[in-house]
Amino acid sequence: MAASLYLRGIRASPLFLNPPSLSAIRAAPLLLFASPSERPLATTSTIQSPPPPPKEKPIHPPNKKISNPADDGFEAIIGIETHVQLSTITKAFCSCPYSYGSQPNTTICPVCMGLPGTLPVLNSKVVEFAVRLGLALNCSVAMTSKFDRKQYFYPDLPKGYQISQFDVPIASKGFIDVDLPVEFGGGHRRFGITRVHMEEDAGKLMHSDSGSYSQVDLNRAGVPLLEIVSEPDMRNGIEAAEYAAEIQRLVRYLGVSNGNMQEGSLRCDVNVSVRPIGQAKFGTKVEIKNMNSFSAMNRAIDFEISRQVLLHNQGQSDEIVQETRLWEEGAQKTVTMRKKEGLADYRYFPEPDLPEVVLSEEYIDQIRKSLPELPEAKRRRYENMGLSMQDVLFLANDSYVADFFDDTVKKGADAKLAANWIMGDIAAYLKNERLSINDIKLTPQELAELIASIKNGTISGKIGKEILVELITKGGTVKAVIEEKDLVQIVDPTAIEALVDKVIAENPKQLQQYRGGKTKLQGFFAGQVMKESKGKANPMLVNKILTEKLNAEN
Amino acid sequence: MASLIQNPRLLLRRRRPSPPLRRRLQTLAAAASANVPTSEILSIRDALLSRRATALDIASGYLSRLRITEPHLRSFLHVSEKVLREAEEVDRAVERGEDLGPLTGVLVGVKDNICTVDMPSTGGSRILEGYRPAFDATAVRRLKENGAIIVGKTNLDEFGMGSSTEGSGFQVTTNPWDLSRVPGGSSGGSAAAVSARQCVVSLGSDTGGSVRQPASFCGVVGMKPTYGRVSRYGLMAYASSLDVIGCFGSSVIDTAILLKAISGHDRFDATSSKHDVPNYAADLVSMDSVESKPLTGLKVGFIQETLAEGVDMGVISAVKAAASHFEQLGSRVTEVSLPSFDLGLPAYYILATSEASSNLSRYDGVRYGSQVAAEELGSLYGDSRAKGLGSEVKMRILMGTYALSAGYYDAYYKRAQQVRTLVQKSFKDALEENDILISPAAPSVAYKIGEKTNDPLAMFAGDIMTVNVNLAGLPALVVPCGFVEGGTAGLPVGLQIIGPAFSEAKLLQVGHIFEQTLQNHRFVPPALLEGTSLI
Repeated sequence: MAASLYLRGIRASPLFLNPPSLSAIRAAPLLLFASPSERPLATTSTIQSPPPPPKEKPIHPPNKKISNPADDGFEAIIGIETHVQLSTITKAFCSCPYSYGSQPNTTICPVCMGLPGTLPVLNSKVVEFAVRLGLALNCSVAMTSKFDRKQYFYPDLPKGYQISQFDVPIASKGFIDVDLPVEFGGGHRRFGITRVHMEEDAGKLMHSDSGSYSQVDLNRAGVPLLEIVSEPDMRNGIEAAEYAAEIQRLVRYLGVSNGNMQEGSLRCDVNVSVRPIGQAKFGTKVEIKNMNSFSAMNRAIDFEISRQVLLHNQGQSDEIVQETRLWEEGAQKTVTMRKKEGLADYRYFPEPDLPEVVLSEEYIDQIRKSLPELPEAKRRRYENMGLSMQDVLFLANDSYVADFFDDTVKKGADAKLAANWIMGDIAAYLKNERLSINDIKLTPQELAELIASIKNGTISGKIGKEILVELITKGGTVKAVIEEKDLVQIVDPTAIEALVDKVIAENPKQLQQYRGGKTKLQGFFAGQVMKESKGKANPMLVNKILTEKLNAEN
Repeated sequence: MASLIQNPRLLLRRRRPSPPLRRRLQTLAAAASANVPTSEILSIRDALLSRRATALDIASGYLSRLRITEPHLRSFLHVSEKVLREAEEVDRAVERGEDLGPLTGVLVGVKDNICTVDMPSTGGSRILEGYRPAFDATAVRRLKENGAIIVGKTNLDEFGMGSSTEGSGFQVTTNPWDLSRVPGGSSGGSAAAVSARQCVVSLGSDTGGSVRQPASFCGVVGMKPTYGRVSRYGLMAYASSLDVIGCFGSSVIDTAILLKAISGHDRFDATSSKHDVPNYAADLVSMDSVESKPLTGLKVGFIQETLAEGVDMGVISAVKAAASHFEQLGSRVTEVSLPSFDLGLPAYYILATSEASSNLSRYDGVRYGSQVAAEELGSLYGDSRAKGLGSEVKMRILMGTYALSAGYYDAYYKRAQQVRTLVQKSFKDALEENDILISPAAPSVAYKIGEKTNDPLAMFAGDIMTVNVNLAGLPALVVPCGFVEGGTAGLPVGLQIIGPAFSEAKLLQVGHIFEQTLQNHRFVPPALLEGTSLI
């Protein structure tokens, strides 16, 4: 009903009334905004290499109590349908580029507009990406699959059907391994993957502020998607959120999508039902949409579970109906979006415009060989390196961070120390500056060098931190910075002795107090010596010599 | 080489050529007494290259005939305003001694469900009234690259759904042989236009017989190529797995030249074939070198199911005479059975309507075409489609929607696909024993306008000869082979010649010999021969 209300005035803005020619469409897009933009059109966007992955919010405020339906004798059954927008250079069935945020209707052509007479031609990258993800999800890949038409009417669907895969998806029967965050008690989980299939995205409706008319932006129409359907294996919000986070990690590791939830490149629809523990039959399932962070997923699901359990406990279980509910971030609750009146009949049938997708063993093998080390394998490897689970999860979360870490260790750095630097000062810097680890000038080689320089006593840890900032912002080598700034640690006992003598001589009053029993003042003297040495004196030596000198009887 | 188009009496009716041209044309006309069809494309080329006539003269001749005949035939939904200008450009190219494409100066009619960038393309539907595509169909682009002049857009049953062209959302086209009769359909406009020489050749589309049946009704040559031989890009989809763009010509040579121009793989159509495109016309044997029995050794299978009940006696005897003619040419003709033949029609109507119900979803009034203003979305869709689509189209959408619905899919769509496999196998078996198969192109000759409009089943039954070929994806050529009584000079009967996939060259060779050796028949509508008005 909401949609029809919005669409009342649609006649006021018919979209492409007889576009004169393709080039004309590109050159003078029929923008539906009041003031056509004069910005250059995005005709060749480079979507292939994903932008620095924006940091997702933490999955859950760690102090919040996790709802536990088992307390009430119920268990929740959760399954997730995830849509991943692929970062191919062109759309699934035409040669239009796509980039999020382009001016409306600027990356469209007769094919993705569904003009009469146009035909889809499959972008082979879509198949490649689907096989990549299918293999990464431990699925069996179909040697022969096909496309089907899913038919329904909606103004953002230009052909009146979506090209999708129905009964023969490209990949099926897989699983995904997940490590739950330590703050939620940790633990390893394996969730089943029912299927992965290829399909095209629809356009977007933009509703006017007054609600009196709507406009259609077809930029997104025809953008390739992979839909990943999970088995109903999740039992609570955190499991579901971590499942989704792992999917995001995977698609980013694989380079098939930027996995950005805010931009809609990764969208999760969650099915939630509850049933009394011990009951075999599933309860009535409710679909939740509109969660644009993992944290929101977690909260939305736990809210929904509580809502359903409450209805059960109040004897109102018949009020749990098959429906689609929206997560309202402001109110922190789910609300009814639309009730399902029976099953929608999409009248699927094989897409006659596209030949079957036939793969060879060689093709699949080639892709299998090209797969990078995946998050799960990385985590197990890091675990075996002796890192804590906290470290493991942090490092493996982002493939660029993991690569940085691996390269640093390869250059000879101690794993634990490398992890500490990356998770500490470097991560803090990245967070502050909103940068990706690829954006900084520090190289793994130099981080390893820095760690080694501290370890072998060339510089102090404190100096190390200073150098790090220098390396991150300006680049260069540890050696060069040390030399340029004359930061080599003073380890010569005679030089330090001279410094100590100088400081003691300059502070007779404190010396007197020290010798009067106020031994805490050793810290003061040490600080003065360090200051005098511009931080370069080896602190161990300073303390050793200082103790001797201060306690010397003269 | 002589050509009817240059019949001076026709040209003189409205537009008197300059005396030298007139003399030239009379010289050409002197040879036109032969009974066999000749290539208009080759004579135009000859005239241009030898400077006996200009492209402008030739185009003017066609246009003037079009102007005279069109009020009676109504075969065009749109006539280009640029024909003469384009003809002048051709003349300048000739002056400059440029290489001329095979279709240089040739006026081609294009069925209106094929997109043309500079002309309206409605598919014969009110819902696309005034719609101008953003691009040329690949076939049209190739025509232009070959030098053709697009004369206009021809009438059709709405979106190709019909067998008489009475289902056009705009007008009813008549048959040049008898104006009270239908030209066949759905490519009735294209067939009538070639038959009346309103253009040299034309493009049609064939989903279940829409090129072959009107070719038969109008006494012209019609070619339905192998599925995938010609790109469908720019053809408004009716039933995507069956649709193919086809050709009309007044001779087999012209049809062959046209087919060569539009065939070949297209990266915009994933179902188009990469199979080699032979030079179809070059493979046609010159009649000067033909021996007495040029088809010796050719094994011809006569599909016995096509002579069953419900086929007009006149049609049967004309086609039997054609079979005898094949024997005289040296072929061995035997009867062959296609066991699944009768299953083809119901299977076709399930598959075609299923796909149509999907393909026509895009005509929703939201983005292009006519729209009915509404207060809410459901009404916008409903009212736009109710008003914009005709009753035949609505009926087929309903049939197809039903066939694809949950619970019915297996009983209808899936079963029809199984029948389709059977049909393919039947043809494969029959074509293993025979080089070609022959049958009537339609169970009757052209019928009266209005005769079947209230009897959809009778209309469907008229497609019995042709739909199986689409289900199998095979090529088939229709050549005029005889007449039955009717009209003022009889009504033409077409012979359908079916071959294995990508055997167009063979079909055209056989059709050419058949056509050039067929005596005592002249497939030019009487009014044109007489040079008199069509009424």
